[in-house]
Amino acid sequence: MTAPNTAPPAGREEKILGIIETARGKRAKFRDEHVNMAHGAGGKATQGMIEGLFVPAFASPGLEQLGDAGALSVDGAELAMTTDSFVVKPIRFPGGSIGDLAVNGTVNDLAVSGAQPLALSLSLILEEGLPADDLRREVEAIAAAARAAGVEIITGDTKVVERGHADSMYICTTGLGRRDPRATLSPQGLRPGDRVLLSGSVGEHGTAIMLARDEFELDAEIESDTRSLWPVADALLGAAGEWLHCMRDATRGGVASVLNELARASGVALLVREAAVPVHPAVAGASEILGIDPMYVANEGKLVAFVAPERADEALAALRAVPGCEDAAEIGEVRADPPGMVLVETSFGGKRVMDQLVGDPLPRIC
Amino acid sequence: MRFVDEFRDAQLGQVLATEILGAVEAGRHYKVMEVCGGHTHSIYKYGVDDLLPANVELVHGPGCPVCVIPMGRVDDGIAIAEEPGVIFTCFGDMMRVPGSRGSLLEAKARGADIRMVYSPLDALRIAKQNPEREVVFFAIGFETTAPSTALTVKRARAEGVRNFSCMCNHVTIVPPLRALLDSPDLRLDGFIGPGHVSTVVGARPFEFIPADYGKPVVIAGFEPLDILHAIRMILAQLSDGRCEVENQYKRVVPWEGNPRALEAMAEVFELRPHFEWRGLGFISQSGLKLSDAYAEQDAELRFSVPGVRVADPKACQCGEVLKGVIKPWECKVFGTACTPERPIGTCMVSSEGACAAYYNFGRFAREKEVV
Repeated sequence: MTAPNTAPPAGREEKILGIIETARGKRAKFRDEHVNMAHGAGGKATQGMIEGLFVPAFASPGLEQLGDAGALSVDGAELAMTTDSFVVKPIRFPGGSIGDLAVNGTVNDLAVSGAQPLALSLSLILEEGLPADDLRREVEAIAAAARAAGVEIITGDTKVVERGHADSMYICTTGLGRRDPRATLSPQGLRPGDRVLLSGSVGEHGTAIMLARDEFELDAEIESDTRSLWPVADALLGAAGEWLHCMRDATRGGVASVLNELARASGVALLVREAAVPVHPAVAGASEILGIDPMYVANEGKLVAFVAPERADEALAALRAVPGCEDAAEIGEVRADPPGMVLVETSFGGKRVMDQLVGDPLPRIC
Repeated sequence: MRFVDEFRDAQLGQVLATEILGAVEAGRHYKVMEVCGGHTHSIYKYGVDDLLPANVELVHGPGCPVCVIPMGRVDDGIAIAEEPGVIFTCFGDMMRVPGSRGSLLEAKARGADIRMVYSPLDALRIAKQNPEREVVFFAIGFETTAPSTALTVKRARAEGVRNFSCMCNHVTIVPPLRALLDSPDLRLDGFIGPGHVSTVVGARPFEFIPADYGKPVVIAGFEPLDILHAIRMILAQLSDGRCEVENQYKRVVPWEGNPRALEAMAEVFELRPHFEWRGLGFISQSGLKLSDAYAEQDAELRFSVPGVRVADPKACQCGEVLKGVIKPWECKVFGTACTPERPIGTCMVSSEGACAAYYNFGRFAREKEVV
């Protein structure tokens, strides 16, 4: 047992914190024996799987960037490509359904990469016994969402698996877009001084799904915010141009996870003012009861943008002019130190770290 | 949000922070333990410690029910979960706690049917929906959650749900506090008493702390103003030379507790002779099991469990961190062998644990001191 009051050498704490910093900075490893639900949650385990397994295996410079979409140039055409799978349960929920998500999720990954969505592929994995009306309804939802987002579905595939081998239906969509020349966006693009803009209130999609599962016997009028973000991205590109450094849609893991990812990728610190973050009162109430922080709850139609101070006000005004984004707000700024960390000024007046998610509060939300 | 925002008023927080600054003696270092993990959570969530002077230090106590479950109990739980036909239910934050062969989350990935529930009643509902399966609820928590387990076990019996049983890991708050206070190297000046536990047991069980050990206790609520207020009250006791149990959380905690909840607990549970705590070792009469009258709903009797005690890793110094003897970074394995991703000791398990908090936020805390 350590003798009390024997102060250890002053340098030791520094040294240990140094070791931790180095360990944090290292590429995450994938060492688990089995895949578990945390690997799908978008937090530390997901990161370990991506950076420790996928990236080294595929060793492609496009993938190394770990953007929402990969960039490629074909005979002078600047394109972006992304793909996403959807396994949400239940497949229909207030404000949308798996079909809406399958279109908007992929469209939004293109939009926040600064690419105008052009075309989608559609793969369906259907469970034996799925009512045809459910399939019909989702196909109609997909068609309507694609029309609203201005994309064409140009190819597809269907598989059926035995009853019990899939949960009613899973969807995978791949999207192709044209990269917009007005800005060069990158997860490494954050610069100290940049302002952090948020396109609207947080946590609605995740809360809507949670309540739709009827596990809590809570009722509230909360709808998923699923929508195409291309008009939002387009407005920001128009207002800020080259001053726009990065955009991300805050899906799985919420705004907190996106901010952590980007702080790490850019080697900067982020300061968030909690009081400035818009939260719908019903979401705030449900989060309070369930003990969840809305900053970690998924969105399907909200983005975070990083804009140089020179154009931040114009960008915010443009954002607020987009229908549905009236609540957009500047929620914080980029700082140099401590690199890789997200700090929050709480509404109560204290400061704390907004950490990466370790566990999985709620599986299968998209 | 009405009735919530009032207790999070930043201006009132500043007033209390200023009063606290005025109440501390220069040159004296104060260590106050918040016993309950719920307080630790609020302190981080609102940045309460950021409003305190540098010489008032909060020490995170043993009151995180997830962190204190020892490896052997996790192993026993996994053994039951892996029995054919069993649906094993537990609270979500229990899933990550490591046993000697990994966590429940990993057992789930290997094929065990392990489900997260939010209440023991959810587990009972699963039992009713799956009459051909055995449903086991892994019960954890202090006196806060024990009554709801007791009522669920009673309801299962009343409704004749025979496929529901309970693996009881409930613990009581007083014995570990006594164990901490008995430690000769303890360095604490006062306690923020556990608000939720006190709603059930009342304030009286904590009277031994001032009476026998000469330390003030203030039972507190969980809003940031409650916590600052409680610290202010502890400092006032110290500067007045008073030493007593005070109740800051009067709006919820009656001095005598909740007799009906205590009655249900007394009917369904009985004290184990001793129970092991991760990081603290065996503490006598600190754990609960189902009473003889409810023995047929005891999962440990219904299934065979290995019941093997797995020693805490030798290098782990959680006990000393909990007593406030050493800081997390002074532990031999901190940050090297023991990290939040691969925790060894209790304090690294939950994000509310002292070591996990220091691992994640330590650098930032250091910068605060420089400013």
